[in-house]
Amino acid sequence: MATTATGTTPFTYDHGHEHVDDRSFIRKYIFSTDHKIIGIQFLIMSLTFLLLGGMLAMVMRWQLGFPGKPLPGGTLLPDTYTSGGVVLPEFYNSAVTMHGTFMVFFAIMPLLVGVFGNYLIPLKIGAPDMAFPRINMASFWTAVPAGLLMLAGFFVEGGSAAAGWTSYAPLSARSDLTGVHLGQIFWCVSLIVLGLSSIMGSFNYITTVINLRAPGMNWFRLPLSIWALFVTACLVLLAIPVLSGAAILLLFDQTIGTHFFDPQAGGQPLLWQHLFWFFGHPEVYILILPGMGMVSDIIANGARKPVFGYTSMVLAIIAIGFLGWGVWGHHMFQSGMNPTLGTTFMISTLLIAVPSAIKTFNWLGTIWKGQITFHVPMLHALAFVSMFVIGGLSGVFMAASPFDIYIHDTYFIVAHLHYVLFGGSLFAIFAAVTYWYPKMFGRMMNPTVGKVHFWLTLVFYNCTFFPMHQLGLHGHMRRIYDPTQYAFLKDLQPVNTFISISAFLLFATQFIFAANFIMSWFKGEKAPNNPWLDNGLEWTLPSPPPHGNFATVPTVYRGPYEYSSPHSDQDYIPQNVPTPGGGYGAPHTQPAGD
Amino acid sequence: MGNFLSWMLPPGASTFVGDIDWIYYLILVVTGVAFFAVEIALVVFLVKYRKRPGGKATYVHGSTRAEIIWTSVTAVVVVVIGLLSAPAWDKIKGREGVPPNAMPIGIAAKQFEWNITYPGADGKLGTTDDFTVRGQLHVPVDKPTVATLTSVDAIHSFFVPSFRIKQDAVPGMHIRVWFQPTKVGEYELGCAELCGLGHYRMRAIVTVHTQEDYDRWVAQQAHAVAQR
Amino acid sequence: MAHAAAIHTEDVMLPPPAREAGAGVYTEKLGMWIFLGSEVMFFTALIGTYVILRFAHPSSWKNPGEVLNIPVTAVNTFLLICSSVTMVKAFAAVQDGLLRQLRLWLVATCIIGASFVGVQVYEYTHLIEKGFVPSEGLYGSTFYTMTGFHGFHVTMGVICMIYVTLKAFRGKYTQADHRGVEVIGLYWHFVDLVWIILFTIVYLI
Repeated sequence: MATTATGTTPFTYDHGHEHVDDRSFIRKYIFSTDHKIIGIQFLIMSLTFLLLGGMLAMVMRWQLGFPGKPLPGGTLLPDTYTSGGVVLPEFYNSAVTMHGTFMVFFAIMPLLVGVFGNYLIPLKIGAPDMAFPRINMASFWTAVPAGLLMLAGFFVEGGSAAAGWTSYAPLSARSDLTGVHLGQIFWCVSLIVLGLSSIMGSFNYITTVINLRAPGMNWFRLPLSIWALFVTACLVLLAIPVLSGAAILLLFDQTIGTHFFDPQAGGQPLLWQHLFWFFGHPEVYILILPGMGMVSDIIANGARKPVFGYTSMVLAIIAIGFLGWGVWGHHMFQSGMNPTLGTTFMISTLLIAVPSAIKTFNWLGTIWKGQITFHVPMLHALAFVSMFVIGGLSGVFMAASPFDIYIHDTYFIVAHLHYVLFGGSLFAIFAAVTYWYPKMFGRMMNPTVGKVHFWLTLVFYNCTFFPMHQLGLHGHMRRIYDPTQYAFLKDLQPVNTFISISAFLLFATQFIFAANFIMSWFKGEKAPNNPWLDNGLEWTLPSPPPHGNFATVPTVYRGPYEYSSPHSDQDYIPQNVPTPGGGYGAPHTQPAGD
Repeated sequence: MGNFLSWMLPPGASTFVGDIDWIYYLILVVTGVAFFAVEIALVVFLVKYRKRPGGKATYVHGSTRAEIIWTSVTAVVVVVIGLLSAPAWDKIKGREGVPPNAMPIGIAAKQFEWNITYPGADGKLGTTDDFTVRGQLHVPVDKPTVATLTSVDAIHSFFVPSFRIKQDAVPGMHIRVWFQPTKVGEYELGCAELCGLGHYRMRAIVTVHTQEDYDRWVAQQAHAVAQR
Repeated sequence: MAHAAAIHTEDVMLPPPAREAGAGVYTEKLGMWIFLGSEVMFFTALIGTYVILRFAHPSSWKNPGEVLNIPVTAVNTFLLICSSVTMVKAFAAVQDGLLRQLRLWLVATCIIGASFVGVQVYEYTHLIEKGFVPSEGLYGSTFYTMTGFHGFHVTMGVICMIYVTLKAFRGKYTQADHRGVEVIGLYWHFVDLVWIILFTIVYLI
């Protein structure tokens, strides 16, 4: 024991405190190595950034809906942000940039990967914790300073970064072009630090899934959420270092006078775009795959039916993970890159629609002939499917490169990306948070309030983002501070106002969710071990599960989706329940064929 | 705002309208069918298979035949869309696509203005009768014009919605973009790539003249340049 | 928790048999392999940038040897390769249970690794004195970024190596369990390999 009980290297497994949970408050809740606590820490951090990003979106929507009118409360902001309460272009560009940055890097990505990667992987595969708990803790405590640094941009001279979340060089590299110096530097440093956090998280997840599965939990008995998180972790592992590299080059251009993106010295502005989107397109799938996986779990549960086509769902996740590397050029059709490449990227981009379509049809197949229970997570999961279809189909328009000439950098793109990131990822996050909340906090969220929140969100969400398609079809450019500058956009102003009002209502609706989340934490009904009658291993544990998770290693006898099986009187069989009549379990997860 | 919620594209005024708009309508129909098929199926299933007392879900794990059908149908549809789109892309953006008789102009974007250099009476750039006008793009109707786009600072994007043309102007690169207007009139040119604080007002007027009017305008400008 | 105890009564060099078969290597080693995948992508981004810029703008580069001091760096490359050899020796020693030799070879690796960084610092100072700075066109930009990030990796490696060496002196590694030595070795050889690529493309071509 003495040789192994303490870590031999920074990379060893933490064996401390297995027997009695005698950890101090700080070790238990602040600098905790418990994957469940770290997941909840990520949850709180990323929900905070979700709120901040939403507030910035409200600033933008105010300016677009009511250009030149004083922002309510705008006079309270510094003179560098507003003038007489009216949003200044400086503030608008900074809001555009930081809304995107917060949402992508500090809200959606940590919500999916940081929260559910951490919380679900060890519980669902039957492991006591992550493979490297201390590195896991370091991952969270690296993300915090990254977030604070990104926020700090708002409080320094020149304000936060203002070159868009994509930070196209040379705009982002030269402070004389944006008027922002420190803010742009903070942006780069923050993403480099956050990159370290993501890499620490991802190699931990991958190692855990490969090496720490409980006996019987073979690859084709893994829940789809774990498959999706596993492939996502692979994408994070390989894509994030490319972003870090690019951000480092940009940082050097800004600070020590290198010339990577400076055309006057032979540098190449398009190089930034290639590096950024080589990271950026896998990133898009990082932001949707975990949602797809968790929604699959929830839909099977809500329909009380096995996931339709489990194997092809797994293959579709893997296919997306591979194809995602070969499509980055579709962000650059109009950038001046070689037009021959345009055709290649058009075909690869169109092909990536295939695995997404497979997943959609399989979700339909899952609810087909089910016994559908409309609990709150199920509602969000169904909305995910329905909205993801719109986001996926609108992607076909811009994949066709000739039509992309017209809609590139217009509100059509804004509509598309929000249908994927909000209609897709965020509905999946709502589904997942409401689904695993009882396990995380030991209490149920209020279902009535949950349903009110769901329906209002669904309606206001569509009122906000659907008309953006039409704005784009009329040529409305992205990221413009005042659309009334253009004669051809003047007539669209009522649409912009309508969108803004819907957006305010959508934002206000989220406080219902926040109230439900916080109130239930203290006052919610006590949660049973398995409130949704799910088969997953985490539901065999108390809510919340103890430190170290499983008292004895569970043995897994079947896949996670054995609902309504004729082998049982109940409509579910947990994965760790031995099959009546013995045996190590039939491979029920394989599709039965025709 | 009623007609702005329509799915029709606004009227255009270049030869690319014909090449591009039908691809849009094709995709609109294909995705529209897919959209209604999926959403209707979803709603029907939700109603039909809602939980009933004593009901039991059908225990089925999938269907290989169904997987093969929807995978191959989707793959064929998207590949066909790609193949149908490719010629328009080559025509508009391909390096061989620029008509040889196109009138050359130079466009230098900078924060936050478009400087357009015209070839003067000789129709050639780089000669002494060239002249540069800020914020005004004048072109003859029914005649191809090829612009060499560049930028002196950030990346900008040359976007004329009515012409269905967009091309980034990248510092250090000279990118050729061509178009052929089909209707006399005034249109707007905007910047489509975030380029700084004045991005939203980086606007210019595009005037499409008849050939005679265009020649007259060039003569006027040349005269003004000579007097300076 | 019985299962947790079960994990470390087993042969720690093997995956715990109670679990589903994993990659067939112990967790720390697997984690390092996966982490190195990430590192490969990082250096690929830097090297890719270098290749693209150099092909697009060859005139920014001086002939090999004109600015950079190849002999000094060649000696430094030799040093780094030597440190890989001492690392292999250290691992071989602990596999055979020769703990005194393990400490010896680890100390040697630390010293040689630190020397490599020292020579690089010396090289930088001289180049900067000669006026070759990071803002010196694409050549300076890429040179300092690529060699600098490699140097940063070596420095991190030396720090971890010192940590492992101290543990070796405290007798934490045995013939049965020496995961730390093997894992740091993987990282060390990787960094060495990257240097051979960088030396070739930055100095020699």
